[in-house]
Amino acid sequence: MSAVDFEILLQQILNGLVLGSVYALVALGYTMVYGVLGLINFAHGEVVMIGALSTLSAARLLQSVLPGLPGPIVLLLSTLAAIPVCMALGYTIERVAYRPLRFAPRLAPLITAIGVSILLQNIAMVVWGRSYHSFPAYVSTEPFQVFGATMTPVQVVIIVVAMAIMAGLMFLVHRTKLGRAMRATAENQSVAGLMGVNINAIISITFVIGSALAAVAGVMVAANYSIAHYYMGFVLGLKAFTAAVLGGIGNLGGAVAGGLLLGLIESLGAGYIGDLTGGFMGSNYQDVFAFFVLIMVLVFRPSGLMGERVAERA
Amino acid sequence: MSWAAKDLGDWVETAKRDPRARWLGVALIAVALAVLPFVAGAVGGRGWVRIIDFALLYVMLALGLNIVVGFAGLLDLGYIAFYAVGAYTYALLASPHFGIHLPVWLVLPMGAGVAGVFGVLLGAPTLKLRGDYLAIVTLGFGEIIRIFLNNLNAPVNITNGPQGVNRIDPISFSNFSLARPVEVLGIDVPSVHLYYYLFLALALLVIFVSLRLENSRIGRAWVAIREDEVAARAMGINTRNIKLLAFAMGASFGGIAGGLFAGFQGFVSPESFILMESVVVLCMVVLGGMGHIPGVILGAVLLAAMPEVFRNTIVPVQQQLFGKIVFDPEVVRMLLFGLALVLVMLFRPAGIWPSTTRKRELAS
Repeated sequence: MSAVDFEILLQQILNGLVLGSVYALVALGYTMVYGVLGLINFAHGEVVMIGALSTLSAARLLQSVLPGLPGPIVLLLSTLAAIPVCMALGYTIERVAYRPLRFAPRLAPLITAIGVSILLQNIAMVVWGRSYHSFPAYVSTEPFQVFGATMTPVQVVIIVVAMAIMAGLMFLVHRTKLGRAMRATAENQSVAGLMGVNINAIISITFVIGSALAAVAGVMVAANYSIAHYYMGFVLGLKAFTAAVLGGIGNLGGAVAGGLLLGLIESLGAGYIGDLTGGFMGSNYQDVFAFFVLIMVLVFRPSGLMGERVAERA
Repeated sequence: MSWAAKDLGDWVETAKRDPRARWLGVALIAVALAVLPFVAGAVGGRGWVRIIDFALLYVMLALGLNIVVGFAGLLDLGYIAFYAVGAYTYALLASPHFGIHLPVWLVLPMGAGVAGVFGVLLGAPTLKLRGDYLAIVTLGFGEIIRIFLNNLNAPVNITNGPQGVNRIDPISFSNFSLARPVEVLGIDVPSVHLYYYLFLALALLVIFVSLRLENSRIGRAWVAIREDEVAARAMGINTRNIKLLAFAMGASFGGIAGGLFAGFQGFVSPESFILMESVVVLCMVVLGGMGHIPGVILGAVLLAAMPEVFRNTIVPVQQQLFGKIVFDPEVVRMLLFGLALVLVMLFRPAGIWPSTTRKRELAS
């Protein structure tokens, strides 16, 4: 392998890690909800989108009020403003669309979830318009060199913040009383209820935490690609779901591993697909990889890398 | 239960028992359907007949999806992909794009077949898993098909990319082309009317097949799986194969509708097969009444007519109120669809015109 080849490989791996950290954050939201409710929250991707767009609005507002504020502070403050928005949204979604259907046939919550997703997308379209918004570089996107590969400060921030949040979440779930209640609810709702766990509160909290992560992930995607629009949540949600399945849905560590792995697969795949197929397919097929991975996992190891066996619920 | 629907239901029940009333009803409906395009054409112009044509295509699509979602209880969120497969099969095999001009009686069944094969390919890995996985895999599949249609123009030009395929052969039977108006008994019958009669005939065929399927051994097996898969398996139903059959059959209905769409429109592009279209068809099934054929037909006709109604109401109303168009009718339509999916599931899970069996199940 020549030096240039190595640099390209390193570049793809770095890009993959950045992408993967974002997928992991979103995948955690899917996996947590799945853990406590056994339900795929289709609207999760839209929460990511709302997070990014409301951060953008908050940042614009902030800059018009205090023009001199440095970029990173603007981004931090507006993200902190967007997180409660998404939390409230997550809570409302659960309360309105899922809770009344908790004991309904399986098809019902799936359909309401799709309905909520469509609703949010179109509300976003009304509020923020159809056009693509450029997301200003609040954190510098001036590239620097790492062993011949280029990286931007915003990418470094993404990886660091994502890792910190994930570590925090692990601590919350495995070391605190709330986390124990969440795990108990995931294990067996009725027994957890008998042990004095407030099931409804725990489910709400799970949605709220997942939505907060989604808000942060939304800001990361928007900052990384410098773009935000009403449709950004859909494909991202699909991929993050794939990451959750890849890692083993319902398993937090699995979601992180699956997210990083999927990011790497996608980035390496998009980088090398041209060579592999003799130029027949290009990087415009990047979105196909996640789906291909999903099918392969479902065929060969439906329980994912770290999950338990997934069987049809009787 | 609204009074109108109850009265209608009672009336239908009485009419079913009286053979003379039944034949009279059938004859009336037949006459009404036969003159519909002329009435619509006279009242609102050719545009309306075109909308009715599309409504019939949607009836076929909705009935196809009804097999999957309504009968077998499998949520398919990428159903429009099968429509796309059917449409592109027709477009590629009957257009100057490759210079192939196969006849309709060959291309339409091929479209149905190819779509069915895609249905099996997609269903085989996922149908043994829980329904949620199927939903998300079909969602992805719908996107993937669109990505391929968009990108398969280089280095080998297969689908002609985002520009789509145009100058597709109109539907014709030997020398009789539906694209040319004909004169019957001194009345001019324009092309859209001819397509109307063809689509009507095929829609009726699809309705007939659906009705027969519903009461067949297979149909009962589908319903059994929907209600309780484990119990169905215990009763000796090969659940995987029966689910695959539902998937393939629903897909092939979509394939036929897609072929008709391509021939009617004369042009296909990936733009016509976005996710929202899948959602629209799903709305038709869910709103009308999952698993109830008359309900699904009603849902399809209502929702297919909705964009037109909106264009004629929402736009003028907004201009009156605000002096300009604040909400695009398309956005309003999708907002209402999203809301309707949620509200129907919460308050009326069996749809606006539910089947009597479902009603009994939900009441008990």
